[in-house]
Amino acid sequence: MSFDVETLSRIQFAFTIMFHYIFPPFSIGMGLLLVIYETLYIKTRKKVYENITRFWIKIFAANFSVGVASGIVMEFEFGTNWSNYSRFVGDIFGSPLAAEGIFAFFLESGFLAILLFGWNRVKPGVHLFSTIMVFVGSMMSAFWIVVANSWQHTPVAYEIVQHGEGVRAVITDFWAMVFNPSAPIRVTHTLIGAFIQGSFLILSVSAYYLLKNKYVEFAKKSFTIALVVAAIASVSQLVAGHEHGKVVAEHQPAKLAAYEGIYKTTKSAPLTIIGWTDPETQKTIGIEIPGLLSYVIYGDWNAEVKGLEEIPKEDWPPVNAVFQSYHAMVALGFLFIGVTLFSVFLYFRKNLFNQKWLLRFYMFAVILPVLANQLGWVSAERGRQPWIVQGLLRTSEGVSPSITATEVMISLSMFFVVYILLFFVWLYVLDREIKHGPEDYTHHPEAGYESKEGRMKIIEKL
Amino acid sequence: MDFHIVWYIIVGVLLTGYAILDGFDLGVGALHLFSKGDHNRRILLNSIGPVWDGNEVWLITAGGALFAAFPDVYATAFSGFYLPFMLLLIALIFRAVSIEFRSKEPSKRWRKTWDIGFSAGSILSALLFGVAIGNVVMGFEIGSDKEYQGTFIDLLTPYTVLAGVFALAMFVMHGAIYLNLKTEGELQEQTHKWAFRGYYIFVVLFLTITASTLYLKPEMVANFSFGKVSLTGSRHAFIENHQTAISVVAWFIVLLNILSIANIHRSLFKKKHWNAFISSSLTIAALIGLFALGIFPNMMVSNVDPNFNLDIYNSSSSLYTLRTMFFVAIFGMPFVLAYTFLIYWTYRGKTVLSDSSY
Ligand code: HDD
Ligand code: HEM
Ligand code: HEM
Repeated sequence: MSFDVETLSRIQFAFTIMFHYIFPPFSIGMGLLLVIYETLYIKTRKKVYENITRFWIKIFAANFSVGVASGIVMEFEFGTNWSNYSRFVGDIFGSPLAAEGIFAFFLESGFLAILLFGWNRVKPGVHLFSTIMVFVGSMMSAFWIVVANSWQHTPVAYEIVQHGEGVRAVITDFWAMVFNPSAPIRVTHTLIGAFIQGSFLILSVSAYYLLKNKYVEFAKKSFTIALVVAAIASVSQLVAGHEHGKVVAEHQPAKLAAYEGIYKTTKSAPLTIIGWTDPETQKTIGIEIPGLLSYVIYGDWNAEVKGLEEIPKEDWPPVNAVFQSYHAMVALGFLFIGVTLFSVFLYFRKNLFNQKWLLRFYMFAVILPVLANQLGWVSAERGRQPWIVQGLLRTSEGVSPSITATEVMISLSMFFVVYILLFFVWLYVLDREIKHGPEDYTHHPEAGYESKEGRMKIIEKL
Repeated sequence: MDFHIVWYIIVGVLLTGYAILDGFDLGVGALHLFSKGDHNRRILLNSIGPVWDGNEVWLITAGGALFAAFPDVYATAFSGFYLPFMLLLIALIFRAVSIEFRSKEPSKRWRKTWDIGFSAGSILSALLFGVAIGNVVMGFEIGSDKEYQGTFIDLLTPYTVLAGVFALAMFVMHGAIYLNLKTEGELQEQTHKWAFRGYYIFVVLFLTITASTLYLKPEMVANFSFGKVSLTGSRHAFIENHQTAISVVAWFIVLLNILSIANIHRSLFKKKHWNAFISSSLTIAALIGLFALGIFPNMMVSNVDPNFNLDIYNSSSSLYTLRTMFFVAIFGMPFVLAYTFLIYWTYRGKTVLSDSSY
């Protein structure tokens, strides 16, 4: 591997987007749970739900700000490192990005201010409304950005025209571009992945409190609701992932063949549970279930699945890398289904909170959905290689001609240092907030319900 | 309707919104280290606490709009401006996380570190914005392939550095004036002094930069000249035919600029804080207007050959996209304004600390 502009830009893009993608799924998933907790609070006016809501909002805030900080980088990186790509797809790709700003980010940031600082300023109903809006905004930003990304996987509704000295793709139908074949399912699958990640964070922290025997009522209530969300999301993720796989098979056969290590076009193709594949010898070894892949994709044990042999070798993705990341994601998906359903079962047997080992598992398990989400993206994006826009533009053709390898090396090192630092500061701050624990707002007047005089008293005390 | 011009205006409006709103955030950040004591610093931080994220979204949306409407400019500018731009991103990151993390720990060292991150990030961002604008005025080495051919060092000239310092001074003044609205008592007296000092520095730099621009780039007055000075680059019938109207608008903005600068002084003197704030916002808007009209209809001027200029016609998206996105933008604008109004209304009045403050 030579460290030219292309390679370094790919490393930089992968590093910065994967870093960014640690945070938004937490925000989206926790957003859903905040809406649930706060609705319960407004409905029941029970103090414990107020404590729950206000505590998780603090964790949410620390996470959100790193997401925002790392997101700004992404917005401009297409121009800085992939200028030829930007010229080629600008007519199409720019639109969802602009729409994301107009519809999602403004909404999110506006209501976030009320979510974070508004307890004493607005009525409870307005606060709940703001929480809902922040959640909706974060899903909208996921929607638009994933639409943009999906178009690169399944480009439709475009035509190639001459532009200046080169060619570019222009939109012929805006809504057909937005709802390109892989967009709806990718959005769904990504959002569910985010729900899993967000609920696992809450499960993890609550499990920690339960193990320490602290804030028990708080932790049990938080845990139970998060568990319900995690269980439903995990089961749905299998369905969504399955649908996603069908779309891949139809539109990106090379990627699907790489996912399963299929080289020869075969009827009754096997599904490998765990294995190893070598594109040199074109052999895949491992535990196979004959015919299952054909069945999963086409609902027919004998259906034909295209192999990599139908595609010129220079257009193959890095087969084994994609194979492994994809299998790891699916394995994690099954693990989530198993463990959450088992926990729900224990809950109904009133036996959940005594299982020290299970709580200990949950305490650390928060890393797993982060991994699953990252692995999923790595499979999707590396599986698209060598194309930056499937079938239209190669990644090597997309890079900026005007930048040098030294420059990218400098920026990459800067991001590396700053992001590592940021990551540890983020962990440190979270750790402090978690150790500090939820505050008890019982000595406070009820949030939002207090009088103006009450508010003045609090301010004086500060 | 000429959608190319419409989009030039939309991108301009987004940038103006950004400069006015995040301008005072950056100014407050630059002044942060001058305030003494933890309480005062927290007041400064929380005066922008609920709004800075929304303000920054104007920049992000301007970036998205530029990508959608003028992809060639997006591609050329950001890849040409590579290293300074990466530095800007790092500065914005530091600013963002410093605001969030600073008050999470009571320890002095912790707070001091993030205070410096916040201030340095804000100062660096303001400087780099100015440098960027200065470079657009001076033009770039752009080849026939629309790519930047120069190097990093070419971007730093005395003029562009002056533009950077000018932007910083403007935002500092604007930030201090904003703080007048948000603080009370002793702190307010202090911010009032800052505003005055910032104002004088701003005026001196304003005169210097105007003189240097006219001297170094006389073409910048083309759109102010009722057709007497001709534009560089390709001709466009629509613009040639409306030269008079464009010049009238341009002179109107010049007038607005002078009046608003004068009015800042008057209202600072009379302690009419809102008046001063509106005037400094209008000053920023007018300056961006002057800059935009100075280069119009070019967006990036090539120093290699005027035929390689990127203008609003040869660097834009297809007409179909411009039209579709225009309706998307028109549909979205009321929402954007409503959210912006909502936060400013909820957090109107003097900044007070509460238990959910930074
Ligand atoms: C918690 C996260 C998570 C979990 C448990 C799963 N996935 Fe996933 N998967 C994602 C998170 C994710 C993702 C991050 O959302 C990806 C990456 C890119 C994308 O479109 O979605 C993805 C991509 C992705 C793709 C590739 C799409 C493409 O290449 O364009 C397929 C075929 C699947 N998934 C299928 C599955 C199956 C069958 C699962 C079994 C349960 C599964 N996923 C679990
Ligand atoms: C390369 C692609 C991406 C770009 C250009 C991008 C851009 C951005 C920007 C500019 C922000 C900051 C917004 C603000 O200031 O409020 C942000 C935050 C966010 N992004 Fe991304 N993003 C990308 C990928 C993703 C993906 C794949 C998702 C979700 C599936 C996502 C979801 C979010 C969310 C929910 C936020 C809010 C902040 C947070 O939750 O941490 N982004 N993004
Ligand atoms: C948020 C989760 C995402 C992750 C973890 C991710 C991961 C990656 C990785 C690992 C690569 C490098 C592939 C390689 O070089 O082998 C890549 C490339 C790329 N991704 Fe993504 N991606 C994500 C989302 C997005 C989104 C939302 C967009 C667009 C809006 C996008 C656009 C691109 C582009 C343009 C490249 C080009 C570089 C290349 O193909 O090497 N990605 N991504």
